Amino acid sequence: MKAADFAYARATSVDDAVALLAAHGGRAKLLSGGQSLLPAMNLRLISPELVIDIGGIAELRGIAVKGDTVRIGALARHVDLQRSPEIAAHAPLLKEAVTHVAHPAIRNRGTIGGSLAHADPASELPACMLALDASLVVRSKTGERRIAAGDFFQGIFQTALSAEELLVAIELPMPPKNSAHFFHEFARRNGDYAIAGLAAQAKIDGGTFTHLRLAYFAVGDRPVLAGAAKVLVGKVITVALLSEASEALGDELDPEDDQQASGGMRRHLAKVLLMRCVATLLGRPELAGGAA
Amino acid sequence: MTTPIPISLEVNGERIEAHVLPRLNLVDFLREHLQLTGTHVGCEHGVCGACTVRVNGEIIRGCLMLAVQAHGGSVQTIEGLSDSGEIADLQGAFRERNALQCGYCTPGMLMAAQDLLSLQAVPSRAQIREHLSGNYCRCTGYQAIIDAVETTARQRRSRSA
Repeated sequence: MKAADFAYARATSVDDAVALLAAHGGRAKLLSGGQSLLPAMNLRLISPELVIDIGGIAELRGIAVKGDTVRIGALARHVDLQRSPEIAAHAPLLKEAVTHVAHPAIRNRGTIGGSLAHADPASELPACMLALDASLVVRSKTGERRIAAGDFFQGIFQTALSAEELLVAIELPMPPKNSAHFFHEFARRNGDYAIAGLAAQAKIDGGTFTHLRLAYFAVGDRPVLAGAAKVLVGKVITVALLSEASEALGDELDPEDDQQASGGMRRHLAKVLLMRCVATLLGRPELAGGAA
Repeated sequence: MTTPIPISLEVNGERIEAHVLPRLNLVDFLREHLQLTGTHVGCEHGVCGACTVRVNGEIIRGCLMLAVQAHGGSVQTIEGLSDSGEIADLQGAFRERNALQCGYCTPGMLMAAQDLLSLQAVPSRAQIREHLSGNYCRCTGYQAIIDAVETTARQRRSRSA
């Protein structure tokens, strides 16, 4: 199908974009790479009156290290994340996750800001934001504020952004020494939506986790930071302890059924991901076979 | 009714000036305004890859880009790649290996395959599969397509050696 008719405005700067948002708010949609917005418009799931194209705003581009944070402009595309030396050095989780996002032709257009603002619970980048404890920098006509990733995602396609706010950048804290990451998802096909996935960021000292953030996706209405990680921090990991964490994980997740998988299957896969994550991060393959 | 917007872009090396409605996709612009019908329209929501074209040197989905977004850009379609001879060997390999039947996906397949070969001289079969994973073919079962891309990669390497 084709999108319904709409008016189009090409924003020339962030100030221009937020002024347009202030004037048109809920009747407008921001267009960056368009890889989620345009399918939804072509399928007539949404029909905004006005599309504000922010794709040409230079100040929203770029990935740079500033002090102890990595700042990613909202218009950084998936392919930019894949190729960035800054991301490879300071956020390798993100580099790995991006290879699971759709296909090359889509990664050449899709942006991190668009993906996060779209907030599809099955998508990879929102979960990475939770795992990496990111701050999302948003701007409106009245000023700028920072939203912690944990507060940003509020439901299926729902975020803390108001209709007048523009996501301008993502700030990631620099990872400490001995950081490690794990990323894996189960999908029917390369680039397809995940049935269940895990983005994890850890700090490991002497074979134990001193820090562990397990961010699951496609198992709820938003990315989920698993409380079960606490069971594993600061302790020697045994098969019994991992089973305890796995049980806690099963209790806290409440995935829904859909045409791809039942809730029960998703819960099972989340536990399998936990086992594989811990075994991989600690280099102890014997843990991967634990009872899921 | 929304008013048409002026755009200026390059298509297969030719400067194009036009007025288009904002809702017009790049692929429909190419097909219906420029009669470049080699690029196909499949699913219209980014899944099938039939509309793959190159914008500023990178492959994109022609159904997920508005014509107005291509303003100031450079577009290359399958007609451009065919006429320049850039993919003559790849097209030959597709023909020889029967890597097409109905041909509907073929322009998009060729665009995606050439993109891979420009990024990586001799990709593995797994890498070829990964790179073409966003292009559907309902006839061939993909094996022949992978074969043709692999053969082309090897031939290009031996020619350049």
